[in-house]
Amino acid sequence: MKILSIFPETEYLQSPHTACTGCGLSVAIRYFLKAIGEKIVFVMPPGCASVIVNIPKRAISYKGQPIGLLACPFGAAATFAAGFKTGLTMVGDLETVVVPWAGDGATFDIGFGAVSAAAERNEDFIYVCYDNEAYMNTGNQRSSATPKGATTYTNPFPVPKNEHKKDIMLILADHNIPYAATMTIAYPRDFMRKVQKAKGMKGFRFLHMFTPCPTGWRFPTEWTMKLSRLAVQTKVFPLFEVENGNRFILNKEPARIPLEEYLKVQGRFSHLNNQEIEEFKEKVEQRWEWLKWLGNYKNNRPEEHRGKYDGE
Amino acid sequence: MLKVITGNEAAAYGALLCRPKIVCAYPITPQSRIPELLSEFHAEGLLKGEFINVESEMSALSYVIGAAQAGARVFTATSSQGLAWMHEGLHWAVGARLPIVLVNVNRPLAPPWNLTCEHTDSLSQRDTGWLQFYCESNQEILDTVIQAYKIAESVTLPCMVCLDGVYLSYFAESVDIPDQSKVDEYLPPFETTLAYDNRFRMFRRTPAEPLDYEQYDYMTNRYQLHKLENTCIDTALHSNEEFKLHFGRGYDPVEEYKCEDAEVVVLMSGSAVGTCRYVIDMLRDDGYRVGLVKLKMFRPFPKELVRKALHGREKIAVIDRDLSPGEGGIIYQEVKGALNINTRNHTTPVYGFISGLGGADISVELIKKAILYMIKEDPPEDEVIWLGKIKNVRADQDENTINIS
Ligand code: SF4
Repeated sequence: MKILSIFPETEYLQSPHTACTGCGLSVAIRYFLKAIGEKIVFVMPPGCASVIVNIPKRAISYKGQPIGLLACPFGAAATFAAGFKTGLTMVGDLETVVVPWAGDGATFDIGFGAVSAAAERNEDFIYVCYDNEAYMNTGNQRSSATPKGATTYTNPFPVPKNEHKKDIMLILADHNIPYAATMTIAYPRDFMRKVQKAKGMKGFRFLHMFTPCPTGWRFPTEWTMKLSRLAVQTKVFPLFEVENGNRFILNKEPARIPLEEYLKVQGRFSHLNNQEIEEFKEKVEQRWEWLKWLGNYKNNRPEEHRGKYDGE
Repeated sequence: MLKVITGNEAAAYGALLCRPKIVCAYPITPQSRIPELLSEFHAEGLLKGEFINVESEMSALSYVIGAAQAGARVFTATSSQGLAWMHEGLHWAVGARLPIVLVNVNRPLAPPWNLTCEHTDSLSQRDTGWLQFYCESNQEILDTVIQAYKIAESVTLPCMVCLDGVYLSYFAESVDIPDQSKVDEYLPPFETTLAYDNRFRMFRRTPAEPLDYEQYDYMTNRYQLHKLENTCIDTALHSNEEFKLHFGRGYDPVEEYKCEDAEVVVLMSGSAVGTCRYVIDMLRDDGYRVGLVKLKMFRPFPKELVRKALHGREKIAVIDRDLSPGEGGIIYQEVKGALNINTRNHTTPVYGFISGLGGADISVELIKKAILYMIKEDPPEDEVIWLGKIKNVRADQDENTINIS
């Protein structure tokens, strides 16, 4: 119950906004702003988020004042934000938190070079990637975050995506950035804690948010939270944190729930046969084992902290 | 202080004197010495701002766009392929109305690879809305960088200072580096009206937020931009007058050299203008009434000034160090456009020469040949006259091309 007190009452995301019904991303924006407060500037490349909060009018505000938001070119969120942050510092504003807020396309794909470079330079901001596993703003195209086996409008049936999802978390954690964490909206306490933890740090902080998209994944709108939780429980999207690239914290022990529960409700996976589901499962298990092994290995190196599960 | 420095170094000294808060540039031949020298200044503590190393030209521009958005005075530099990679950001800087100063060292675009000089890289960015200036000497480079801030900040538009790769970037000459105090007098600290205001958590002016459809639609933005571009020429003239008062030298957007009684004139830009001055002197000695018009400002195109300089001449030659393939010279087209608007039945022949592409030398002999050709031939045999050596041109391709080599 103590954690609940860090859950501020203020609403920053105002109605009307233009998210689809059941959009996981709109919930993420809402949680995020509650946790971080109003002294922030978003830097948004094209994507669902920039549309949700800005068209037809600014939907994020605090006491009638719009929350700061800068549009930027698609591939440039990380660099643009870095310049903005340095610019603010140079003109004497040390307070404002700069948050590049980009989708998986802008992070995993077109903006990847810039993200990696900003991580390497340890730029001082919280980089948020909201991952709906496709380019949803342009109408559901495959990205390198789309899981193998999913159909999109550029990978329609019978040619679903044939490549595995890029492991953005481990790639970025290997840049030895101060903080990287995965989170999803079905675990609000975990979500809040991670945002606030990131806020209390300096340097490049990377938050990987899993945001189910009923429109693109083709599932009933009331399933958003459920799918968000199932993704964690079935190990599709493990919740974990990495500090300085060498301290791993696995936050949730997965439940014994079959992967089919997660897959069956989504239109994008409806064509999968048993063998393909088995392959999917195998990949998910492999990654989970790898995360555990890696966590153990890194945490047990002599000078580092001992590995542990943070548990509930 | 007089110092023998290269064009790249002149650009770096110019930037240093303007006290940018953030310098971010990615090295590219033949521009590399600019970020190198600025990082040396930074290491020595001369450059008070931040010097940022990034991983690409697009990032260099994105970084300074972000910083300018926060209200800081910024500087970047690039060349050729790098400028082309910045293309998206170039448009962005204009739409967001950010007074960024960028030095471009002119170099051709590959293939074939070529590391020397040609103006097509920056001239082909003409429709982005950046102000563009072309320099003739290293002194002019240093002075133009300082002027560029003055102009960019008074009209809140980005400004590109262009200098010839190799011919200026690598060659050293004696340059007067003015005192910091003098520059400070001319260029006060940047007071932005576009910056982010922490008190209100919003931007004071909407152009910085192209996504804010409700308050600031695209067409309005472009309309204002267009109107504004037309006032930039006056701003440039005015800033130059002020510069003259402070430093005792200046550079007009369009400069006339021995034009008073000239019957035929040559119009050109960049380092070869110096060579052309020499040729004009030579031909004058031989009794020809020739003159030179130097085009320093290319965008916005100073139509009125060009018209005035070219008014009443018998013949006009434009020597382009650039090419719009299939069309001919870019400046040639601009000049023709400017003249045609003025007088619908304009009959003065304009000779379009293409020369010096990929760093080929625009020599004294070539310019002399071009002028004599113009005087002798009437009208020009073709829209595009190639000035220089063209190797291995097949005979059937050659029939419409006049080569003067
Ligand atoms: S397409 Fe998906 S992510 Fe985008 S607004 Fe709709 S539900 Fe949200």
